Amino acid sequence: MSVSYLFLEIMVVLTGLGLLLIDLWTPAVHKRRLGYAAAAVTALILALSFSKMVDPGAPVHAFGGLFVQDAFALFFKRFFLVAAVLVLLMEVEFADRIPAGITEYYAVTLFALAGMMTAASANDFTLLFVALELMAVTFYVLASFQRSRVASLEAGVKYLILGALSSAILVYGIALIYGSTGTMNFTKIAEQSARLKESKIAVLGFLFVLVGLGFKVGVVPMQIWVPDVYQGAPTPTSAFLAVGSKAAGFALLLRVLHGAAPEVALSWERLLMILSGLTILYGSLCAIPQRNLKRLLGYSSIANAGYLFIGVSVGTLSGASAVLYYLAGYLFAVVAAFFVICVVSKTHDSEDISELAGLWNRSPLLASVLSLSMVSLAGVPPLAGFFGKFLLLKAAAEQAVSYPGYYVLLSVAVVGVVISVYYYFGVVRAIFWSRDDQELSAIPISRPVKAALWVCVAGMVLLGVLPSWGVRVTAAAAGMLKF
Amino acid sequence: MSPLTLIIFLPLVAAAGLAFLPRNYRFVARLVALMATFVSLIVGLVTFARFDASQEGMQFVQKVAWVPSLGIHFHVGVDGINIGLVLLAVIVAFAAACVSWEIREREKEYYILLLTMTGGIIGAFASLDLFLFYFFHELALVPTFIMIGVWGRGAEKNYATFKITLYLSLGALIALIGLVALYLNSGLGTFDMVELARQLKDRPLSAPTQRFIFPWLMFGFGILVSLWPFHTWAPLGYASAPTAVSMLHAGVLKKFGLYGLIRVALPMLPVGAASWLHWLVALSLGNILYCGLVAMRQKDLNLLIGNSSVAHMGFVFLGIASFNLVGVTGAVMVMVAHGLLAALSFALTGYLYQTTKTLDMDRLGGLLRAMPFVGTVSIMAMLAGCGLPGFANFTGEAMVLFGIWKVFPMATVAACWGGLVVGAVYMLRAVRAVWHGPAREAVGGAELVDAPHWWRKLPFVLLLASLVLFGIVPRLLTDKIRPAVARLLAGKNEPSRPSVAVIAASRGEAVAAR
Repeated sequence: MSVSYLFLEIMVVLTGLGLLLIDLWTPAVHKRRLGYAAAAVTALILALSFSKMVDPGAPVHAFGGLFVQDAFALFFKRFFLVAAVLVLLMEVEFADRIPAGITEYYAVTLFALAGMMTAASANDFTLLFVALELMAVTFYVLASFQRSRVASLEAGVKYLILGALSSAILVYGIALIYGSTGTMNFTKIAEQSARLKESKIAVLGFLFVLVGLGFKVGVVPMQIWVPDVYQGAPTPTSAFLAVGSKAAGFALLLRVLHGAAPEVALSWERLLMILSGLTILYGSLCAIPQRNLKRLLGYSSIANAGYLFIGVSVGTLSGASAVLYYLAGYLFAVVAAFFVICVVSKTHDSEDISELAGLWNRSPLLASVLSLSMVSLAGVPPLAGFFGKFLLLKAAAEQAVSYPGYYVLLSVAVVGVVISVYYYFGVVRAIFWSRDDQELSAIPISRPVKAALWVCVAGMVLLGVLPSWGVRVTAAAAGMLKF
Repeated sequence: MSPLTLIIFLPLVAAAGLAFLPRNYRFVARLVALMATFVSLIVGLVTFARFDASQEGMQFVQKVAWVPSLGIHFHVGVDGINIGLVLLAVIVAFAAACVSWEIREREKEYYILLLTMTGGIIGAFASLDLFLFYFFHELALVPTFIMIGVWGRGAEKNYATFKITLYLSLGALIALIGLVALYLNSGLGTFDMVELARQLKDRPLSAPTQRFIFPWLMFGFGILVSLWPFHTWAPLGYASAPTAVSMLHAGVLKKFGLYGLIRVALPMLPVGAASWLHWLVALSLGNILYCGLVAMRQKDLNLLIGNSSVAHMGFVFLGIASFNLVGVTGAVMVMVAHGLLAALSFALTGYLYQTTKTLDMDRLGGLLRAMPFVGTVSIMAMLAGCGLPGFANFTGEAMVLFGIWKVFPMATVAACWGGLVVGAVYMLRAVRAVWHGPAREAVGGAELVDAPHWWRKLPFVLLLASLVLFGIVPRLLTDKIRPAVARLLAGKNEPSRPSVAVIAASRGEAVAAR
C-alpha cells in the first residue's frame, strides 16, 4: 500500500503533533526535557527506517508516481534523521536561551525534518515544491525563535524575504517546465529530455529551478543570505540549516538534474563548473577575515557547497556518490562544531573566536572535538572530510580525461582548500594557544551532550578510517539516479 | 603480521592509549613514548638486519584490503630503497623522544602528538599503496601544526606555523592530483605501487599524458621537500619548532617528497621525467647555490642549519634528475645521511638553546670550553655537513656528483662549488662563532652545562654513530639500494602504444563522444 512508504514521514509529523499536545500537560520546568523524548523517538524512527516495510529493496513509486522510495531517498531520510537527533539534543542544551515556547521549537524542528524527508522522495515538481515550502516556512520560524534578540529576528526576516523570492522563481520555473512538457512528473519529463534541450522555455524553466535549489544549498550567486542567517539564528537552527537544508537541496538538485533532465544537465556542465569554482573562491576568501565562529561556519558552508557542486557538475555515478559521501562526513563535522559553539557560548553571549582561548584547559573534550571537526572540514586525514574530498577530486579527475577544463576547476579547489586550511586551523590555534587565556573555569558538559559529541567523533573517524562500507552505501544510493 | 605493521601501529596505539591517561601522570607519558619508540627502533634494526638484498621484490609484505571498490589496500613492505628510510625514521623517532625532556608543560598532549607524527612518518615510508602513502604523510600535518604552535619558540612562531602548514597542504594537494591522475590514466583501478610500476613498465602511458602528469608530481612533491623557490617555509619553520619536531620533520618527513619522486614519478613516468628533469636540475641549483648563500648571511644558528638543510636537498634533487643508477643510488644515500645529520644538528641546537637561551651567533662564543661533549659532537656534525669523508653524507654526495656528471656536467661544476666552497664557508664560520674564540658572557647569566647524563648523551651518540657507521661502511646501505634502483630504472624506455586515455583530446571531440 502506498501509505506505508510514507510511514517515516507520518511518524515524524505525529511526533511533532504529539509533543505539542503533551506540552499542554507538562509543567514549565520539565518542558525542556521533552527534547530528550523527541530525540529518542526520532532515533527510534531512524531504527525503523531499516525495517522491511519502509525499505522495499527495489525502487517503488507511490501516489501515482509522485513519490519514490529508493535507496537514494532512504539514504537521505536516514541522513536527516541522524541530523535531527543530534540537533534536538543541541536544542535541549540551548533551551535556556529560548525565552518561551521551547516545545514549539522542538516540534517545528520535527516539521522541518518531515519536509526534508519528503524532499528526498520527491519525484514530481508538485511534491518538490510542497516539501521545499514546508522546510522554508518552518525555517523562517526557527531562525527567528529568539524573539528578544534583534539578530535572530533579522536573520528570520532576511531568510523570509530571500527565501520567498527564491520560491517565487522556483514556482515560475516549474510553471515554464509544465507549460512546455505538460507534466510535472520527473520520469515523464525525462522521456522528453532530448527534445527539452532545444526548447528555450523549458531550459529557462530548469534554470529557474536551479536558482531555487541553489538558494537552498547556498551556491553563488544565491549565497548572500548564508552568513547573516547562520550568525543570527539560534545555534541549533544554524546547524540544521547547514546540514539538513543543504543536503535536501543537493538531494533535489541531483534528482532533478539526473532524474528529470539528464540532457539539460549535460549541456550545463560548464555553467555548473563555473558556479562551483566561484562558490569555492567566494566562500574561502570571505571566510578569511571572520572573527565570529558561526559566521565563519556560514562562509565555510558556502565553500563546501562549492566542493559539493563539483560532484554535481561532473554528472557521473562517482560524482553523485562522492556528493553523498561528502555530505555524510560534513554532517558530523558541522554538527560537532555547532555543538561546541552552543556549549561554549552558554555563559557568555558571544561567539567570537577569542572566546575559545584556553578551551584546551577548560574542557579537553570540547577542544578535541572542535579541533577534529575543523581538521575534518579542512580535509586532512584520517577524518571523513578527507575521504569525501578525495572522492570528489577523483570524480572530477575522471572527467578531466575527456575534458581538461576540470583541471582548472581542480586547481581552483586546491586554492580553496589551502585557504580553508588557514581559517580552519586559525580556530585550532585559538583553542590550543592564544595570547589571552584568562578564563580557566571548567565547562560542565551534560551526559547527552557528551554522547552526541562522541557520536560525531565516531562518525568523523569511522568515515575517514574505514570508508569501505560508506563507499558501498553511497554508490548504491547514487546508483538509483540515471546517468 | 609484518614487523613493519608493528612499528607503524605501535606509536599510534601508544598515542591512543595516552589519550586516556590522567593529565598529571607526566612521567608515565614520557615513559610510554620512550618505550614505544624504543621497541620500534629495535624491531626496525632487526628488520634492517634481516633484509635480504639479493632477493628480488618487496620483503616483509603485508596486504589487507581497505577500500576494495577503489583498489585501495593497506599494503606495506620494503625494498632496498625504503628499508634505509624506515630505519632512519625509527632511529630519529627514538632520538626525538629522548630529547623531548626539554618539554615541561602539557607533556601528555605533546607525547600524543609526537607519537601520532611518528606513526605517520614510519607509515609513509613503509607504504606500497599510493593512497596509504599519502594518508600517512598527511597524518603528521596536524601534529606538526599544533606542536610548533604550542611548544615552539621565537617571535615569528605564529607566522611560521601557518606558513609551514599552508605550504605543506599546497604541496600535498598538488601531488594528490598528480597521483589521482596517474591512477585514473593507468586504467588499472589500483593504487598498488608495485602493481602500477610493473604494469606501466610493460605498457607505459602515452608521452603527452606522462608529460602532463609529471609536473604535478614534481612540483607537488617538490614543495614538500622545499624545492627552490618554494623553500621559504623550511628554515623558518624549523627555527620555530620544538627540537623533536625539527628533527622529525627536517630529518625524516621531508624525505617523503623525494621518496615519492623516486618511487612513483621516475619509474612510472619515465618519458615525462625526461622532458622535465632539466627544470628540476635548474631549480635544484637554486637550492644549492641560493640557499647556500642565504645560509652564509644567517645570524641565528637554527636558521643557518635550516637553510643548509634546504641546500642539501638540492643534492638529492640532482641525484634524482641524473636518472641513472649511480645518481639515484646516491640520492637515496644522501636522504638517509642527511636525515641523520639534520636530526643530529637540530638536537644539538635544541640542547644549546635550552642551555644558553639564545641561538644568536653574535652572542655565543667559546662554548667548547664549557661543553666539551656537545661541542665536539656539534663540530663533527658541522664537518659532516661540509661533506667531509668518513661521514655518510660524503659518500652520498660524491655518488650524486658522479651520477649527474654524465648528464649535466655544468650543473655538477656549480653544485661542487656551491656544496663544497659555500657549504664549508658557512659551516666553518658557525664553528668559529659558536664553539671557538673567546668565551662570551652567557645570556641572563645562564649556567652552561654539558650534557650531564648518559641518557642525555644517548640521542647524540646514536645519531652520530649511525652517521659514522654508514660513512665508513656505506656498503651496508648501497648494497641494498643499488639492486632496487637498478630494477626501478629498468623501465626507462620509450612509449610503445597510445595510452588508455589521451589528455590531448580536444573539447569538441570529447563532447561529440558523449
